[in-house]
Amino acid sequence: MSSLTSVAAGTRAAGPPEGPPVEPVRRGRRGTPYLLLLPGMLWLTLFFAVPIVALASQSLQTRVPGAEIGVYTQTFRWANYPDALREYLRWFGRSFFYAGLATVLALLIGYPLAYAIALKSGRWKNLLLVLVIAPFFTSFILRTVAWKQVLADEGPVVRVLKAVHLLGRTDSLTATSIAVVAGITYNFLPFMTLPLYASLERLDPRLVEAAGDLYANGFTAFRRVTLPLSMPGVVAGTLLTFIPAAGDYVNAALLGTPGTAMVGNVIDSRFFRVVDYPTAAALSFMLMATILVLVIVYIRRAGTEELV
Amino acid sequence: MVPPVARRHRARPVRWLGEHAVLLYAVLAFGYLFVPIGYTVAFSFNDAGKSNLVWRGFTLDNWRNPCGAPEVCTALRTSLEVGLLATVAATALGTMVAFALARHRFRGRTVTNLLIFLPMATPEVVLGASLLTMFLNVRVNPGFWTIVLAHVMFCISFVVVTVKARIASLDPTLEQAAMDLYADEWQTFRRVTLPLVAPGILAAALLAFALSFDDFIITNFNSGNVTTFPKFVYVSATRGIPPQANVVGTAMFLVALTVVLLGQLASARRRR
Repeated sequence: MSSLTSVAAGTRAAGPPEGPPVEPVRRGRRGTPYLLLLPGMLWLTLFFAVPIVALASQSLQTRVPGAEIGVYTQTFRWANYPDALREYLRWFGRSFFYAGLATVLALLIGYPLAYAIALKSGRWKNLLLVLVIAPFFTSFILRTVAWKQVLADEGPVVRVLKAVHLLGRTDSLTATSIAVVAGITYNFLPFMTLPLYASLERLDPRLVEAAGDLYANGFTAFRRVTLPLSMPGVVAGTLLTFIPAAGDYVNAALLGTPGTAMVGNVIDSRFFRVVDYPTAAALSFMLMATILVLVIVYIRRAGTEELV
Repeated sequence: MVPPVARRHRARPVRWLGEHAVLLYAVLAFGYLFVPIGYTVAFSFNDAGKSNLVWRGFTLDNWRNPCGAPEVCTALRTSLEVGLLATVAATALGTMVAFALARHRFRGRTVTNLLIFLPMATPEVVLGASLLTMFLNVRVNPGFWTIVLAHVMFCISFVVVTVKARIASLDPTLEQAAMDLYADEWQTFRRVTLPLVAPGILAAALLAFALSFDDFIITNFNSGNVTTFPKFVYVSATRGIPPQANVVGTAMFLVALTVVLLGQLASARRRR
């Protein structure tokens, strides 16, 4: 989805650092920047900031006995949060576990892929890069449904696995956590690969050669030169994969069972099936807060300021 | 010490294996990326009737008549309309913000950057749920226009980032040269800056359209009874989506691939 942005982020990192521009800055007319900002910022305020406040308010409301379904009153009931957490802790844990696992898998698949494209593909580089983002050209839902069909009990994969006795007669692949994690990994793999590619592509090959000249073998050169220099890509890719993965519920809904549901599924069903808005709002907030905290800790640890 | 030539000689088989292992791995990864696409394309030719779950035989009927399942066409039209409206609005608003950020000093920079960054870092389910909460609070029934409003919102940030990157990569001496040749600020902007930034704006617009067209989660929260293409596919997934949806998916894939490859070809030619 945000493929082009991550590539853009890659090119941006090569440009001048963030902060007030130095050159060329228009002088005079002080109002100009504000006029330029006004419509966009107004839009983001009205349709992002205000809704978040509305959600915060909703998360503290309660249903007055006798009120209509879906009608809640503001009572500042902070206990909504611990209540929601107690009830849905398992779904939370599952979300972050699946998202973390998918992120690690995407890194293991995406790093060699990005490495091969950036450093080994010669004149095919641009074409291969297009092929990495090509999955985005079909619909995200359509691809997930296709996985469901491919992994289905009557599908080709299960039939082969059963023929070679890797799967038992009654086993299946869909409706398992394996299918959900595989689906998440698949869907966000390009988010991982593109920033990795951007940082590996910028790598000066002479540095690796220099390591070789200094008697480092291939593995040492990779570990001490290539990998550290590609860390910005690793950090960006991990975040771009982990954030949407933790909030995703489409993979769990299409490839899993109620037993593999994630917190997104709970928010969705609290909203639409149970019409329990406060719990859904409290869960949304906790999801957002947890992700933000994890992201900040992670960026601190990884020591990269180059992001965003 | 080992002379360099001998070293290289000894390392060669290892290095050969290393290089080819990585290429083999990449081929497998590409296989993984293309399994569901291959499946989608293949099953657009399935003589399936209503439910497209098992292969029943080859046919071109779905391609001859993609509106054979009328819901597919209605949903597709909605998605295209939403996508175009959202793209135009988000590209206009986002480009203006990008110019302000890249070319002006002003107070409130941090807040502006935060307001652009946060929507990208917020999970879609939270964006969708919060918007719906607001719409319910002000008693707006979700429908076509709430989808458009939501899509413009999440596209703006991506437009800003993309266009800003392009502006930052411009060579400032070109604009200085225009000024030296007695172009005023407006002429410099229109004749020099804007044409140079245009590819970035185009890329941002394409990205915005792709994001809007493919969005499911936020749309699902804010669409009421209106059905977009991804929502249609999601809802009908349990009983099997009609093969016409695969036709639409395949056609989208081919159109987008062609656009991108032509763009690459054009830029390669320009470079030469």
